Amino acid sequence: MKRAAVFAAAGALALALLPMVAPAYYATLMIPFFGYAIALLGFNLLFGYTGLLSFGHAMFLAVGAYGSALLAGVFGCKSFELVLLGVVCIGMAAALPIGFLCVRHTGIFFGMLTLAFGMLFYSFLFKFYHLTGGDSGMRIPRMDILGLELAQYSKIELLAGPFYYYCLALLIITALLMWRIVHSPFGLHLRAVRDNARKAEYLGVHVHRLRLAAFVISAAFGAAGGAILGFRIGLADPELVYWTHSGQLVFMTVLGGFSNFFGPIVGALAFTLLQDQLQSLTQYWRFILGATLAVVVIGFPAGIAGVLDLWPRFSARVKA
Amino acid sequence: MAAILGAGESMSVLLETRRLSKNFGEFRALDDVSIAVSAGELVSIIGPNGAGKTTLVNLLTGLLRPTAGEVLFMGRSIAGMGPVTLADHGLARSFQLIAVFPQLTVEDTIATALISRQGKRWHLLSRLASDEDIAARAREVAKMFGLAERLATAAAALSQGEKKLLDVASAFALNPQVILLDEPTSGVSTADKHTIMQILLAAGRQAGVKAIVLVEHDMDLVAAYSSRIVALSAGKMLADLPPRQFFSDAQLIAAVVGKQRQH
Repeated sequence: MKRAAVFAAAGALALALLPMVAPAYYATLMIPFFGYAIALLGFNLLFGYTGLLSFGHAMFLAVGAYGSALLAGVFGCKSFELVLLGVVCIGMAAALPIGFLCVRHTGIFFGMLTLAFGMLFYSFLFKFYHLTGGDSGMRIPRMDILGLELAQYSKIELLAGPFYYYCLALLIITALLMWRIVHSPFGLHLRAVRDNARKAEYLGVHVHRLRLAAFVISAAFGAAGGAILGFRIGLADPELVYWTHSGQLVFMTVLGGFSNFFGPIVGALAFTLLQDQLQSLTQYWRFILGATLAVVVIGFPAGIAGVLDLWPRFSARVKA
Repeated sequence: MAAILGAGESMSVLLETRRLSKNFGEFRALDDVSIAVSAGELVSIIGPNGAGKTTLVNLLTGLLRPTAGEVLFMGRSIAGMGPVTLADHGLARSFQLIAVFPQLTVEDTIATALISRQGKRWHLLSRLASDEDIAARAREVAKMFGLAERLATAAAALSQGEKKLLDVASAFALNPQVILLDEPTSGVSTADKHTIMQILLAAGRQAGVKAIVLVEHDMDLVAAYSSRIVALSAGKMLADLPPRQFFSDAQLIAAVVGKQRQH
């Protein structure tokens, strides 16, 4: 626990120093990392802690981005905090009926159902052109942060400066929140459900309600992450909800290690950097990413965080 | 009928089946079984393999729905009550095949039941590690079942016998009124079986358990600890007798135990 805190503090400090020592490009590259890391904290509550693997989770990131476009672009809300709150509420409201239908199933059936709902949402975004802009997506205007207009900053300056630190703070807050959740009595019941749902029921654990709660919480984190992704690009794009994007979330989590609290954050960072470097090196970057995933799954099933955990200096028992 | 648990308890009926039957397709696994379990009793369900013992336990705990008849717990039909409601009302069970949470430690496994028992299921932001009520009680339960040294061990790393004890210990942690134990001593050496039974009875008294329903193959244990024996064969109830009367009926023993020994 203590070592986990040291590990987290060192990571946060390194991220805080990054814009001062690295070119602005790398700081802006970290914005999607923050968005994915927050979304994956939620995704892993569902996958790593509750045992439900969603193949449609990108729909909640899209809810975050399209929700931002709706609230800021259509309704003219200028405050990013209000938009964030709004998309989190929309994400949770959308997750409630979808989760209600999905969590009665587990394993491949849960995965396929979430995939189906994701693709339904994709079709909706793609086909209802007059509402969603179809394949052109919806524009997300620049919003105020903490009531500050920040008009004097260029887009790059904003992303590499104030918005970078804003996202870092959001990641720290959401990680602390998730840490509390997974170490609460509720979190223990989730892990019991993951390990043996039938036994858990006979120990008084509300299996379906807990799975639904985990689904809704994970959607809230997904929507918050999606809002950050949307803010960076200034566009809500239907590709956000395409099934390959959901697959990317699974990739990041497995890469980082889903049985470790920090695994998804490490995975989001590794994926973001890997993708960026590979794209600049070769047009066959997807091939190399695929091969990397195969190597990780076969050779290092505990992911990067699992490898770090074995390393004596990092043998912190950060596992929940 | 001797009051095995909590001497001086009133003999009110806690768990009852009325003309209970269960079909699996064409196969009748349980046929017209009526039993009643009263406070203070330890009722053993015996019979050869395939007699319907586990089917009966699964019906008593709501895991299966009866084809005909009903199960009453504290005078109320359990039809439609899920395992969680039953646990809340004071009915707990352990499983024939070891049921543990492989990645959870002994302490966390017991704490899972204590969270339900203490109504802390929806505490999303409170820190479990600093909940002394749960930690102290978990240590107490673990000690009772000889698992005190293994509190921080993951269930997957326990021996088979310890896993069995943990399965039972977590059910006891619910402080149930009635507990159903499906072969709690299977896979345990004969010498250890009596120790386990002593632990179960002591834990039952300590946890305020009013009645125990035991599915057991070992006739020495059944004879030594039961207040009543329910014998099943091919889904039918052959006898519902105190041990002394049961073991004095040679024909009955041949019908139930004899068959069992062939298996």
